[in-house]
Amino acid sequence: MTKLEASLLDILKEDCRIPLEKMAVMTGTSLEEVAAAIDSLEKRKIILRYSPMINWDRTDRERVEAMIEVRVTPQRDMGFDAIARRIYRFDEVKSVYLMSGSYDLLVLVEARTLKELAAFVSAKLSPLETVTGTATSFVLKRYKEEGVIFESDDADHRLVISP
Amino acid sequence: MNYDQYLNSRISAVPPSGIRRFFDLAASRKEAISLGVGEPDFKTPYPFRDAAINSLVDGETQYTGNRGLIELRQEISLYLSGRYQINYRPETEILVTIGASEAIDLVLRALISDGDEVLVPDPSYVSYAPGVIFAGGVPVPVETRQEDDFRLKAETLEKKITEKSKLLILPYPNNPTGAVMGKEDLEAVAEVVRRHDLLVISDEIYSELVYDNHMHVAFASLPDMWERTITINGFSKSFAMTGWRVGYACGPEEIIAVMNKIHQYAIMCAPRQGQVAATAALRLGRENNYESVTVMRESYDRRRRLMVTAFHDMGLECFVPYGAFYVFPSITRTGMSSEEFCSALLQEKDVAAVPGNAFGASGEGHIRCCYATAVDKINIALERIAAFVSAHS
Repeated sequence: MTKLEASLLDILKEDCRIPLEKMAVMTGTSLEEVAAAIDSLEKRKIILRYSPMINWDRTDRERVEAMIEVRVTPQRDMGFDAIARRIYRFDEVKSVYLMSGSYDLLVLVEARTLKELAAFVSAKLSPLETVTGTATSFVLKRYKEEGVIFESDDADHRLVISP
Repeated sequence: MNYDQYLNSRISAVPPSGIRRFFDLAASRKEAISLGVGEPDFKTPYPFRDAAINSLVDGETQYTGNRGLIELRQEISLYLSGRYQINYRPETEILVTIGASEAIDLVLRALISDGDEVLVPDPSYVSYAPGVIFAGGVPVPVETRQEDDFRLKAETLEKKITEKSKLLILPYPNNPTGAVMGKEDLEAVAEVVRRHDLLVISDEIYSELVYDNHMHVAFASLPDMWERTITINGFSKSFAMTGWRVGYACGPEEIIAVMNKIHQYAIMCAPRQGQVAATAALRLGRENNYESVTVMRESYDRRRRLMVTAFHDMGLECFVPYGAFYVFPSITRTGMSSEEFCSALLQEKDVAAVPGNAFGASGEGHIRCCYATAVDKINIALERIAAFVSAHS
């Protein structure tokens, strides 16, 4: 990764709506160079998408989230990849990680209601032939995600004018 | 009761800070975007805060030694030698103070006798000239100009020297202009200092905030200048620790001892938790190559470019600052004075900037804008200033 690419990622992770012209000014490069660098970051799948960070708790949308620890039997030649693929294709699944420790896969699931989520575990996840056990924990409150503190007081406490 | 007869006439003679008046005006406009701040918009990095929290949990609530925690002075010594190639002995040549501000006050009081002249580059930070007067000295402004990138020129300095000149204050990187002094610039000044047997107060509080491949050069690192220099620095700007109030002065043992005499009678010691946090800042910095400072500097640098470019696009003369976190554009094109411009900008567009003349007569015709503010706010403020400038040109 070049220095320019690193700077652009720093800028974009804070605010991905900054116009290319401004990014060119901020990094001291040309518009063309910035456009080419971002294009390259996208092509190399370093930037996957530009999405807002949403605090759903402040909306009226019904939503439950759970983290499910899943124990599985790895398959010959495929290891954990095949079963991970089976699991992440479900729409309810937001993230899947292969973990070290007492279980194998950590699955983050989102559904509208508790009932839907329970149905996902009992009807879709548990019956998979290589899944040997699950432990579901519900998310009660989100404090911080991707470096953003959800309930923080962002007010600027500095003096308006200081020497 | 009329208190005038009781008040110290030397102090009363100094007018209140020009910034203060503007502060009251700006504070009354709650929705204004402020480019008038003089401190980082980062919070103190959490590991430094955590060190102070742990110290409180452990009940470390006592005075420290007058000169400051020895661990902190050792870290300061390592920091200055590693970073700027200047060597100070932690035991005798370093004094920890309540911010660099106290260090400036102490050194002025330790060195100035009645009537001594102190050369102060103009424009500069607001406290130098009043501090000199409080100490019984006479401040002598030395003009710096936009066409010289606001660097102190040896010729201009030399013209202001009289037989009463004793001290030179060197505030670089500079607040409010953002000017930096390169090695050659400093060497020319050092020649004048040597020739006229001056002492130098080098206020290097913005030493970490230099951009575009400029390197900060500590004045005391120049040949023969160590013995003539009191180096002042602190944690407020570089480490985003303004509210902790921790700074330091370093210099020859004999001068530090006199400063410590005032400090021990007037102050006792800098607050302990601030010293603990500062120790953590330097220790962690030494271990991770000042990662948090680098992150902040790179962020300021991007916003610096944004602001300078915007002023150029507005058609205002704006020299490119290579240090601190201020830009200092000229607003003479509008025909307004600095104060008129800032008052009208605040009232018409809800943007606060600081009139350049608050920093000395040479600052007239300029405004100081701080870019240590969120990018979205900077962009809105700059759009408003652009509209204001085009309406008044």
